[in-house]
Amino acid sequence: METKLTEPKEVYVLRLYVAGQTPKCMMAFVNLKKICEEHLAGKYQIEVIDLLENPMLASGDRILAIPTLVRKLPEPVRKIIGDLSNTERVLIGLDLKRIK
Amino acid sequence: MANTALKAREKLPKSLTGIQGLDEITEGGLPKGRPTLVCGSAGCGKTLLAMEFLVRGATQFNEPGVFMAFEETAKDLTQNVASLGFDLDALVADKKIVLDFVYIERSEIEETGEYDLEGLFIRLGQSIDSIGAKRVVLDTIESLFAGLPNPLILRAELRRLFRWLKEKGVTAIITGERGEETLTRQGLEEYISDCVIVLDHRVKDQTSSRRLRVVKYRGSTHGTNEYPFLIDEDGISIVPVTSLGLGHNASMDRIPSGISRLDTMMGGKGFFRGSTVLISGTAGTGKSSICAHFVDAACRRGERALYFSFEESPSQIIRNMRSVGIDLEQWVKKGLLYFQATRPAFAGLEMQLTMMHKATIKFDPQVVIVDPLNGFITGDNIIDVKSMLLRLADFLKTKQISSMFTQLMSSNVAHGTSEIAISSMIDTWLVMHDIEISGERNRCLYITKSRGMAHSNQVRECLITDHGVELCEVYVGAGGVLTGSARIAQEAQELALTLTRKQEVERRQIEIESRRKALEAKVAALRAEFGVQEAELMKIITQEQAQASQLLTGRLEMGLSRSAD
Repeated sequence: METKLTEPKEVYVLRLYVAGQTPKCMMAFVNLKKICEEHLAGKYQIEVIDLLENPMLASGDRILAIPTLVRKLPEPVRKIIGDLSNTERVLIGLDLKRIK
Repeated sequence: MANTALKAREKLPKSLTGIQGLDEITEGGLPKGRPTLVCGSAGCGKTLLAMEFLVRGATQFNEPGVFMAFEETAKDLTQNVASLGFDLDALVADKKIVLDFVYIERSEIEETGEYDLEGLFIRLGQSIDSIGAKRVVLDTIESLFAGLPNPLILRAELRRLFRWLKEKGVTAIITGERGEETLTRQGLEEYISDCVIVLDHRVKDQTSSRRLRVVKYRGSTHGTNEYPFLIDEDGISIVPVTSLGLGHNASMDRIPSGISRLDTMMGGKGFFRGSTVLISGTAGTGKSSICAHFVDAACRRGERALYFSFEESPSQIIRNMRSVGIDLEQWVKKGLLYFQATRPAFAGLEMQLTMMHKATIKFDPQVVIVDPLNGFITGDNIIDVKSMLLRLADFLKTKQISSMFTQLMSSNVAHGTSEIAISSMIDTWLVMHDIEISGERNRCLYITKSRGMAHSNQVRECLITDHGVELCEVYVGAGGVLTGSARIAQEAQELALTLTRKQEVERRQIEIESRRKALEAKVAALRAEFGVQEAELMKIITQEQAQASQLLTGRLEMGLSRSAD
């Protein structure tokens, strides 16, 4: 399901904001990992930020909802909230797939 | 009054807002440690009220606060409230206030499953802890509904947020946009039920007024009416005038009216301090001049006077009063007199009242003039005007401020009624009207009533001279009441009559004198005649006696010569 819209050499810098190891956060991380492996193998970085440990970082990316996945690169910045269980919507959010 | 109410309700801890009037309506402020909902339509002052709550908290009550803005950036907010004299930058630098702008862009966000608002909680918690905030404002949290999908989750999260705020023990204001049928668009009133305040901005008869109402306040009594409020350079001020009772003290102190003859009519001492004086009269009878005298007298005593003018500009009043010999400008310069001149149509009744209330508190006068009341009446709002004036009079009385209202009457109405039926709230009522007789118009003044003092029942003629208002007696005689030149003519006639009488008396006195003189002359003549006669008679008597003794002597000599035996 690789889309032709993205440049093959583009690196995806992804940042996942969580707040402790809640089931939702754990789920989000698992889902993200799976999606990246399937669609962005070898060209992604995931940074997990736990706001309980670093609350100051919340305002930087204007985080309200938890979990939030921020696509830092490629630009523009996109935000995806929720536990990433809806794969279709995650792909749309990451611009890996157009809405049909 | 407010203090006793505060003491009686110490059960529910409250947090003073510092906003003028709001603490009185809520009897001590907002519920401490609980969220309060402030809702209203766009532009009604929600953000401002919330911001003033924070700023006053930080500056007056040493309670730092967090302002979480969902609609305006920190920069915009700072600029907006700078016009009200709040220096947010300084407060932020002093760690008294934290401004946090929460930006949500719907198009940037994709929802992919279950989420919560822990991020918001963390941010808010971080801000609160960083300055030890006691107050929190969320303005306008409903924007979240536009920015984030899945309202069901949002509702649950908001419920959790308000509970969390309570646990944190912060006194919070949450603002909400007014909805169609509900108080807020998203029905926030369901979650925040401790205290709900509704703001309103309405336009009636082309004048706008802002109002505030405490819809509910759990566990506390509160003023339930709609209170008008003002937003100006000092922030928000609300006038809870209707809450005032009739608890004012009656002063025995008397203050002169500035017209000595008028004082004489009121037992020689003038009005009671703190009383309400109404001067009603037809156009041009000198109502304002009497006010000016009153103001002048007050300023001479070193008291402060506040003059609300609704018809003339301050400079016009000063010029006009100078023509009757009253110099008001000197008092303005000394800061003892302040004019507030507006057109009555400038704002609604409630706003006018609020402004008068505010100006009175600010200037702290001993004497207040409202000249004239009529401008307030527009169409059929007489009941509103009456209630407004009643509240104004009550307020001034509680403050022990003597007030003088003037009222223009369109014609010489019957005794005991006035155009605005406010006589019941008036302590001293002076009526001035003009009498038109023999081709001229003259002013008359009488006291219709004056509570608590003996007062003259006489009609006085009111003369406006170049040295002020003077009262003089009218001519009351067989020909009725005469004033003006008719009075002067009558007086002249009487004077002539008196003169004639006086001359007659003098003439008669002269006659008596001359008669007396004639009599005395006669007596003198008789006496002289008698004197002559007496002298002659005496002479005869002496001669007779001499002859008799000579005869005797002759007889004896004869006997001797005859040698008789």
